Amino acid sequence: MKAFTDCEGPAAPLLRDNIDTDVIVRIERVAQCKRGEFGPWAFEILRYRPDGSEDPDFILNQTPFRDARVLLAGSNFGCGSSREMAVWALDDFGIRCVIAESFGDIFLGNCLQNCVLPIVLERKLIDRIAAVAVTGARVRVDLRTQSIEAVGLASVAFDMAPSIRDAFLVGLDEIALTLRSGAEIERFQRDDRQLRPWIYRL
Amino acid sequence: MGRTAFDKIWTMHEVARLPDGTSLLHVDRHLLHELTGLEALKQLEKRDLPVHSPGLSFATVDHVISTRPARDEASLGARPGDAPWSSDMVEGMRAKSREHAIQLFDTADGRQGIVHVVFPELGLSLPGALIVCSDSHTCTHGAIGAVAWGIGSSEAVHVLATQTIRQRRPKTMRVTVDGQLGDDVSAKDLVLYLIGRIGASAGTGYAVEFGGRTIRALDMDSRMTVCNMAIELGAKIGFIAPDDVTFDYLRGRPYAPTGAQFDAAVSHWMKLTSDDDATFDREYQIDATAVRPQITWGTSPEQVIATDERIPDPREEADPKRRQAMEAALKYMDLQPGSAVAETRIDRVFIGSCTNSRLSDLQAAAKAVRGRKVASHVRAWIVPGSLTVKRAAEEAGLDAIFLAAGFDWRTPGCSMCVAVNGDTVAPGERCVSTSNRNFVGRQGPGARTHLASPAVAAASAIAGHIADPQMLAQAGAPL
Repeated sequence: MKAFTDCEGPAAPLLRDNIDTDVIVRIERVAQCKRGEFGPWAFEILRYRPDGSEDPDFILNQTPFRDARVLLAGSNFGCGSSREMAVWALDDFGIRCVIAESFGDIFLGNCLQNCVLPIVLERKLIDRIAAVAVTGARVRVDLRTQSIEAVGLASVAFDMAPSIRDAFLVGLDEIALTLRSGAEIERFQRDDRQLRPWIYRL
Repeated sequence: MGRTAFDKIWTMHEVARLPDGTSLLHVDRHLLHELTGLEALKQLEKRDLPVHSPGLSFATVDHVISTRPARDEASLGARPGDAPWSSDMVEGMRAKSREHAIQLFDTADGRQGIVHVVFPELGLSLPGALIVCSDSHTCTHGAIGAVAWGIGSSEAVHVLATQTIRQRRPKTMRVTVDGQLGDDVSAKDLVLYLIGRIGASAGTGYAVEFGGRTIRALDMDSRMTVCNMAIELGAKIGFIAPDDVTFDYLRGRPYAPTGAQFDAAVSHWMKLTSDDDATFDREYQIDATAVRPQITWGTSPEQVIATDERIPDPREEADPKRRQAMEAALKYMDLQPGSAVAETRIDRVFIGSCTNSRLSDLQAAAKAVRGRKVASHVRAWIVPGSLTVKRAAEEAGLDAIFLAAGFDWRTPGCSMCVAVNGDTVAPGERCVSTSNRNFVGRQGPGARTHLASPAVAAASAIAGHIADPQMLAQAGAPL
């Protein structure tokens, strides 16, 4: 996984609740696009009209939010389908950090696998950031200091579990790390085979 | 202090507890399907890693496979009429499964179907097992007393490489349901009602145990319907403690333990209940007698009412955020506040998906359909959840009932729930669907979805508008 220390750029407010992963990336793209190709299809349902033209009312079609690096959302962002391509679509679009009231559990896990930083904040703090962001101000998220800053915004601190913070800062490869526990996994399976043979009888 | 069933099963699977409180958990069953499984196996190969425990991974093909009635089950070759990319995906999954010695349940062996229908019915999903699959409805397997959840593609590669998953322990919630469900009120109505009551994000961050006398009285198919929609409650894990209903269901299934080992397993499984003095981080009580047949009117599963109610009016909603969401949903769904939802004319009916495509679901639908005709303007589909379900339904004569009524009797797959194999609802069309998500565009761009039980979907197909079986009987629909 690539590392994340900080990011800076326009922050797009998309302050509705329950934005599901079907809205973030459509199933046709999930099935037919490869990683790196999802950028044009992030929020396809909201970004384009039925005739395929851009909907100028949608925030990510507006300057400077076409270059958004941060997304501001409501509660339960990324609920629904487990499709990791929802995170890839955000990443391919250029969004490195999502700030929301809460996240869908599976989406949150997928963010951690892809170094897209999920920050949970109270709604009133998100609203405060949005009030500045909507003017097009550049918002800076720094994981090292766990702070969000912008001109005209009193610095906003955010919480992050130390393990997640460390994993992001170094771009941790979980598979390589777990493979180091190979002997423990073998031991678990050997003991468990005695306790629950029906799991392994196949 | 008492322990929850979830806590017992979680601890049993801890290979290691990491310094930050995250657990490294053993995965007993990793289920794969062609839409994400193939890519996960390719990623594993790219890293030059073998599958750690191929005997604990199992696959089927369900997401992109054709559900055309004339699908040739015996042939493993490309299927004429299907998009080449989807045939490639199905063929790719078959080839990679063989290469990595992962057992794949396929069309030719008569066991193919939706991953969350196939693995319980084969007896591969077992109480106390930890099950993952890159599909959010993996929570379905919690109905058997497994701890099961949906994962992403990267996590799937991790599981393939190590047979473990790193996971932060969620909080626990219990939903206790008491009271008898009415006639024509199903598990689907119960779970939709619950989501309507407590909201689509109430379960976020929790593992949810469903308990109480009403849940105990449900058969396994119904329990799977309830746990299936835990994710629509926001919870990636739903769970029902195993009991005699579970053990009776498992006995004799092809991959369930047999003989003395079955008995040994049952004595182990019987301990997987929450202790009387166990505490949950959050508790809800639901009165089952208050549940009537449900139908969603909006674009979130929480936007749900009884079939005899009126479409709610956003002007009566005090919370501005909720009001805005209601207005957007009504606009997308093209519905008028205050009108009776049952007056809503429909174009399509879909009875299928991992929520409601098992034999008892098809029986409930057939009961509402028997001797009647699908309204002339409605296209109605039955998509059985697996080839096993399809055969059982045909032996019981259900296919004849559906075909005589004018339904299409199709072959197993995810079909119009995930809408990626060409089975879609056209823009602007309105569909009553027994699936689990009424999200914007879920069944196709511009498609309008109303979630309901098999009985309500079947009755709506006959009526040509949203209806439950009782309304159909009152209207004197011709028999």
